Amino acid sequence: MIVFENVGLRYDLGPEVLHDVSFVIEPHSFQFLTGPSGAGKSTLMRLMFMALRPTRGAARIFDQDVATITAYDIAATRRRIGMVFQDFRLLDHMTTYENVALPYRVQGKLESDYRADVVDLLQWVGLGKRLHAYPPVLSGGEKQRAAIARAVITKPEILLADEPSGNVDPDLAYRLLRLFVELNRSGTAVLIATHDLNLLQEVNARHMVLSEGRLTIYD
Amino acid sequence: MAPPPRQRSKTSGKAVPARGMLSRAMAWWSPLSGRRLTPIVPQESLAGRALIAVLAIMCFLSCLAVGAVSIVLDAAQGWQSEVAREITIQLRPRQGVDIEKDLGVISDIVRRTVGIERIRVLTRAENQRLLEPWLGQDIELSALPVPRLIVIETARSLKLDVEKLRQTVQQAVPGAALDDHRLWRQKLSAMTDAVVGLGVGVVILVLVATALSIVFATRGTMAANRDVFEVLQLVGADHRFIAREFQLRFLRFGLEGGLIGGVASLVAFSFAGIIVRSLSDDTGQAQIDLLFGSADLGWRGYLSVVGTVLIVTVLTAMTSRWSVIRHLSGKHRAS
Ligand SMILES: Nc1ncnc2c1ncn2[C@@H]1O[C@H](COP(=O)(O)OP(=O)(O)OP(=O)(O)O)[C@@H](O)[C@H]1O
Ligand SMILES: [Mg+2]
Repeated sequence: MIVFENVGLRYDLGPEVLHDVSFVIEPHSFQFLTGPSGAGKSTLMRLMFMALRPTRGAARIFDQDVATITAYDIAATRRRIGMVFQDFRLLDHMTTYENVALPYRVQGKLESDYRADVVDLLQWVGLGKRLHAYPPVLSGGEKQRAAIARAVITKPEILLADEPSGNVDPDLAYRLLRLFVELNRSGTAVLIATHDLNLLQEVNARHMVLSEGRLTIYD
Repeated sequence: MAPPPRQRSKTSGKAVPARGMLSRAMAWWSPLSGRRLTPIVPQESLAGRALIAVLAIMCFLSCLAVGAVSIVLDAAQGWQSEVAREITIQLRPRQGVDIEKDLGVISDIVRRTVGIERIRVLTRAENQRLLEPWLGQDIELSALPVPRLIVIETARSLKLDVEKLRQTVQQAVPGAALDDHRLWRQKLSAMTDAVVGLGVGVVILVLVATALSIVFATRGTMAANRDVFEVLQLVGADHRFIAREFQLRFLRFGLEGGLIGGVASLVAFSFAGIIVRSLSDDTGQAQIDLLFGSADLGWRGYLSVVGTVLIVTVLTAMTSRWSVIRHLSGKHRAS
């Protein structure tokens, strides 16, 4: 569902951050993306989310060429992808509940249709008591869980999670991993960028390792 | 540990029917959900306040111009219809001909003409009364060769051939002058056109200025809500959705500003009416009425004020939508 061929990327006129990256992400697959800080993990995620355009090489996402995709199709494709950002990207003027429900709202669904789902999910990630709290008063871990909830609420076809356990304790990290595994079991392809080695050992999955902008894959 | 929730129990798989804007709007106010969802574009902003003030002022000015035009039009219509339907024939006494006989001849001609509703030959006494202001009460006019007047009221429906009547009258009685007030009417209509054109020009200028300030205000709002903008794009909102959210916000600005301006202009007009009425004594009132109608807006005036408010509101929503879409298609993708 995502195919990269010899993709290279540089930010503006800076040095090339990714070189000749090639990989395929299959439907229903589960993989980790690891590598030292600054290796380009977030950059690769942004490319897959079409927030960046490759400076060279070819990338196809859901069978669409990112070089020619229209803004309208980008929006439509993003609705099929769940993305957890390293910096969360929550809206400060909306409650946790409303932030998590945002993807549904953008799809034009009625609140009465999704309310129960959102509340269930927030309870499961341990935010049941923080439904009506605003992001600025949430702890780092709480924001992270809200961001994850927003990414998975619509059960996307693929989940891209950038450091989803960076701000939580090991117990909660394990619990969130269970959520991803369950999601994967029900059909969602999952890609988790992390340097949490404990997390890697919990699941038997493909490892994609980025180092100095080059990608190696261990099946 | 609890199993992961079965999400999307209701929504999964089902094709969602396309919902109209109305039902979507209803959903946000839905009494079922207990409370309204927070608007996606934040409500409170300094730029918003400033824009409402600008819109209120612009709408006020537009309404004043539109209202003034409407008053002038009403008044002019009054004059036009009165004056236009009146024709006077002036007869000078001729040497050796009894003027009463001439009057009779002309009356007969006029009565036989198509398109006449009423004809009245002013009597000697009426004539005298008309001249009183100039000559005084005690003058004995019967000795003087005073011209006499015939006043004709034309029919509303039938078209009178004024030129033909003029010729016939002049042939029958040399020295008879027919006056259909054409010159005066032309001047009047030119003046009305000028005032109306000026008013329309002012309204157009004000609306253009309004549109421009909305463009800048939208840009300001978008800059202030950059994060909202980006997050919306990140969760897959397309241009139409984002434009609609901004448009909704601006529709409210427009409605608020427009209503304030419209109501203010109505207040201004009623004040003007009260002042005009209280300043003038009875005779003055008659003259002012003649000039300005009754300085009253009339149903057409009220209608145009309401229309102006609506135009300002719609203009606000459409301009903001347009500038959001332009902005979005200009910057193809957000990070
Ligand atoms: N917006 C940007 N403009 C310019 N350079 C950038 C930008 N974002 C990232 N970089 C650079 O690209 C390189 C890769 O950054 P990236 O954020 O992808 O690393 P990462 O693997 O996610 O690191 P971490 O594990 O710390 O999150 C870094 O050298 C970084 O300085
Ligand atoms: Mg990163």
